[in-house]
Amino acid sequence: MPEPIIQVEGLYKSYGAVEAVRGLSFAVEEGEVFGLLGPNGAGKTSTVEILEGMRTPDRGTARVCGLDPEKSGSAFKQTIGAVLQSTALPDKLKVKEALDLFASFYKDRANTEALLKRFQLEEKRDAFYKDLSGGQKQRLALAMALVNNPKVVFLDEPTAGLDPQVRREIYDIIEELRREKKTVLLTTHYIEEAERLCDRVAIVDHGKIIKTGTPRELKQSSAGTTRIEVRLARPAAEAALRGLDGVSDFRTMGDVYVLYASRAPQAIVSLVKHLEADNNELQSMEMYSPSLEDVFIELTGRRLRE
Amino acid sequence: MASNPVSNTWSLTKIRIRLAMRNKMFLFFSLLMPLIFLFLFVMLWGKGSPMKINFILGGVLTLTVMGGFWGLSVQLVSFREQGILRRFRLAPLGSGPMLASSIVANFILVVPFVFFEMVVAKFILHMAVWGNVPAIFFLVMVGSATFSAFGLVVASVTNTMQETQIINQLIWMVFLFLSGATIPLAVFPDWIKRITLFSPATYLAVGLQSAATDQVVGAEFVTEAVALVLGLLVAFEISRRIFRWEPEAKVPTSAKVWVLAALIPFVIFGAYENYSGKMLKRVGTMMSFIDRPSGAAAAKPAPDSQPDR
Repeated sequence: MPEPIIQVEGLYKSYGAVEAVRGLSFAVEEGEVFGLLGPNGAGKTSTVEILEGMRTPDRGTARVCGLDPEKSGSAFKQTIGAVLQSTALPDKLKVKEALDLFASFYKDRANTEALLKRFQLEEKRDAFYKDLSGGQKQRLALAMALVNNPKVVFLDEPTAGLDPQVRREIYDIIEELRREKKTVLLTTHYIEEAERLCDRVAIVDHGKIIKTGTPRELKQSSAGTTRIEVRLARPAAEAALRGLDGVSDFRTMGDVYVLYASRAPQAIVSLVKHLEADNNELQSMEMYSPSLEDVFIELTGRRLRE
Repeated sequence: MASNPVSNTWSLTKIRIRLAMRNKMFLFFSLLMPLIFLFLFVMLWGKGSPMKINFILGGVLTLTVMGGFWGLSVQLVSFREQGILRRFRLAPLGSGPMLASSIVANFILVVPFVFFEMVVAKFILHMAVWGNVPAIFFLVMVGSATFSAFGLVVASVTNTMQETQIINQLIWMVFLFLSGATIPLAVFPDWIKRITLFSPATYLAVGLQSAATDQVVGAEFVTEAVALVLGLLVAFEISRRIFRWEPEAKVPTSAKVWVLAALIPFVIFGAYENYSGKMLKRVGTMMSFIDRPSGAAAAKPAPDSQPDR
């Protein structure tokens, strides 16, 4: 069996008293798009930056393409491409200049004209970095991550802060990388991004991986239930809601009652009957088919973006 | 073509030159300001002997060359603060090419400015002679590299732009007024003259003033050149060792000790010059030479030189 292209074992990283990464272990196979899904502060960026050779772990080992990111220096950097959580370039650097400059640092160089075309930056080739929109800057960051035809691409929150239209454009680009069988390690706190783009996902919280699997496996593990979120006029007895017909699990998140239903129609009927009998009222009701968000809530009791 | 430190340095150098040429502030401070100083100083102190214009030009060239000290440190700190250096850190680059490109770019940018100032001094201000041109360009080359390296040391030991500006202002004041570049050393009391011998700027200013007035004396020129080259090597190595890519990386205490090490060559040369008295004697000789109305004739004027005073 081939060695995993990324291998992480027992990784720890602290910043003063804050333990950002607490014993993280995972492996990524060649050609896989692997996602680290978790809320802000979960330790995703610290992990990726250790793998990029930008940070030193306190303990544990990390290997990318068989190399130690911290100690292999230039040889290691020749093999990876990366988009940082926030990329900055000099204001008056032009788009084509940036690509040519970064390409010049590598032995294996991609055709920068082709990259401009692929990332729809041809018309902006002579534009200053400061004059680009957020989406254009992120497309340039992605293009720069590919100037050396890397074996492994690290994408740290590549769509954070972008509007939905631009986010979809970035998704298309990552899907293209997936079709090209590039190994991609992606961090995100967007559920739809992990579900749509990743072959496998590790759910990360408080510096630890709490579950790993394909998006389908993870969703199936959440008992395949429909999530029904309701707000009520008056507080309700939790035990009563938990015992409703069709409800398999229950929890509260602030003023929201979350019912997990294996048979959603029955659960709704019994809920309405219960509220009538209790002289209570429904203020709002939302239904969700099983998603990674459910898995996260099930595992942590919190939403991803709380 | 394989990626290597030399080609990486050259790629960065080309970009840094382009970025500098797109920066109006840089053009103002590097090109226009020295010219303003040149005209101002000539108006104030240039009367009496055509060689005075040569002497003034030596000081103005010193200011032009030392300018790299400012621009580079501020740019590097701003790149670090904005997270630009982090993106470069991902590439197979060491701190060496990053720092060396600053120095090479500064040198390439300074040479045409120096040439332009010499042309203005010669044809508009009617400078007496061209001076010792090879010596001028040698000192420009070494001086621009040395003062750029000092700028990089400051950038490496400061955390914010504000800190950089304060430290730069303090050092710049010393370079400006205690070197002979703006106020001739000869006018200072003896104890101040002796202090100036510990400043790197003095070696550059006296060297360029000697070269511009064609008063270069071989052995003393070597002293100035060696002091500047040693300063360059020590400052470059120190800035390379304490270079920081990350905005949040704070300066280690040991780095501050390293900064003091950058001054060691000038402490040694300052002690030597204080002991031998050669440099101060030469400054005195140069002043009496340029004050002579016939100074132009005593020098080796270029054939087309037509002083009109």
